[in-house]
Amino acid sequence: MATVELTRHLSQFFPQFAHELAVDGSTVAELIAAIERIAPGFAFYICDERGRLRRHVNVFVDGLSVGDRARLSDPVGATSHVMIMQALSGG
Amino acid sequence: MTRIAIGTRKGTFFVEKTGGTWKPRLVGHPGAGSNFVARDPFTKTWWAALGHGHWGAKLSRSTDDGATWHDAPQIKYPVDARYLAPPDPTEDDDGVAPGEATLRDATLLKLWSLAFGPNGAMYVGTIPGGLFASSDGGETFALNRALWDHESRGGDHSSGQGGKVTHWFGTPAAEGEFAPGIHSIVVDPRDPKRILVAVSTAGVLETTDGGASWRGRNKGMLNDYLPDPAAEWGHDPHFVTLSAGQPDHVWQQNHSGVFYSADNAQTWKRVSKPEQGVHFGFPVCVDANDGRTAWLVPGKADQQRTAIDGALFVARTEDGGESWRDLREGLPQENAYDVVYRHALDNHDDCIAFGSTTGNLYVSENRGDRWISIASNLPPIYSVRFG
Repeated sequence: MATVELTRHLSQFFPQFAHELAVDGSTVAELIAAIERIAPGFAFYICDERGRLRRHVNVFVDGLSVGDRARLSDPVGATSHVMIMQALSGG
Repeated sequence: MTRIAIGTRKGTFFVEKTGGTWKPRLVGHPGAGSNFVARDPFTKTWWAALGHGHWGAKLSRSTDDGATWHDAPQIKYPVDARYLAPPDPTEDDDGVAPGEATLRDATLLKLWSLAFGPNGAMYVGTIPGGLFASSDGGETFALNRALWDHESRGGDHSSGQGGKVTHWFGTPAAEGEFAPGIHSIVVDPRDPKRILVAVSTAGVLETTDGGASWRGRNKGMLNDYLPDPAAEWGHDPHFVTLSAGQPDHVWQQNHSGVFYSADNAQTWKRVSKPEQGVHFGFPVCVDANDGRTAWLVPGKADQQRTAIDGALFVARTEDGGESWRDLREGLPQENAYDVVYRHALDNHDDCIAFGSTTGNLYVSENRGDRWISIASNLPPIYSVRFG
């Protein structure tokens, strides 16, 4: 299972998640779909209604920013560490 | 108990009068943009239209009188929803001819306004210009296709049958994009199948068949910055509302002045008094029993958008805009640069309330004759609604 680390900003909307969670999936899209099954509504925080990563959200797989922001097809390994975070902006 | 719901850039507040004093308190969504907060008068559910920034627009609701808030069923554009976007500045090599509108896949940019009707009817106005309707109290929503595919937007782009010209332009309120938005939705209390919507920037549209068909209602409108000021489309209504008890009386604070209709929005008449400062502004509210009585918070021209000469005032008419009276008692008359957004003025009986982008909240309990400062350090205020 991949380990998914969420920004604390997201944890405030989904307090049922610990800071990290273990999820099955072979791509980033599959990981997000798996979290959506646990917490309906989660995917719409990360992606728009077309499945595209929101503009000011980023996902890192093993330290590398995902390349496919439109479909999140970037592969995820069984021991991958995935971080979901927001860009720092605003005030 | 009289309650006022306040949507701000940093959360949702209730203001209640207890022990003779109005007091605000944060009730939900700390840190999140709360664009519009209102109570469904039929179901008593509270709704908040949120903008989370990074995480997108979300509908939130409370069924326990504001004690707890939870994400509601969310508004999502159908995958085949496309719209003609007004031309952006183009690069030389992007393949788009200068000035040509382009088809864009629709995604939800902003939840901007909410309205309610009997029997579970609920409406949500959004950017990029979709009206979403629910007939089950907000459990499910559907995009109103007749308005989305309206001829003024170039027709049906989902089927590929649409044209290449749109008369709907954008608003800077579109969260970094430039797309049109529906900020006013008015359900006729006599007949819930009759609904007015106002679009920035296009104008006012009306349905009389519950949303099956729509037509423009911009006769008499004057838009000073268009080549043809009386053009059917291209108007920028800042807010449209009507008198609940006299629904034929409809008011519009527009970019180009104050407009009033005594005939159901069939025709409009400009009733600005620029020499009194009554012209530019965003909000308007109307007396529930007398459609000729309305309140505005004028601002200094579109180039500045602040209180006029540093002095904040509310303007009231009681004769359909023939004359206006400045109401200044209790409001700051020097060094005030407040701007009052389109949803941030409301009335209930003799009580009027408004909030500004500088976090000031004022209430009058005598129709605006005298004002009380309720709060001065709130986040920038987006919406003020009695509920």
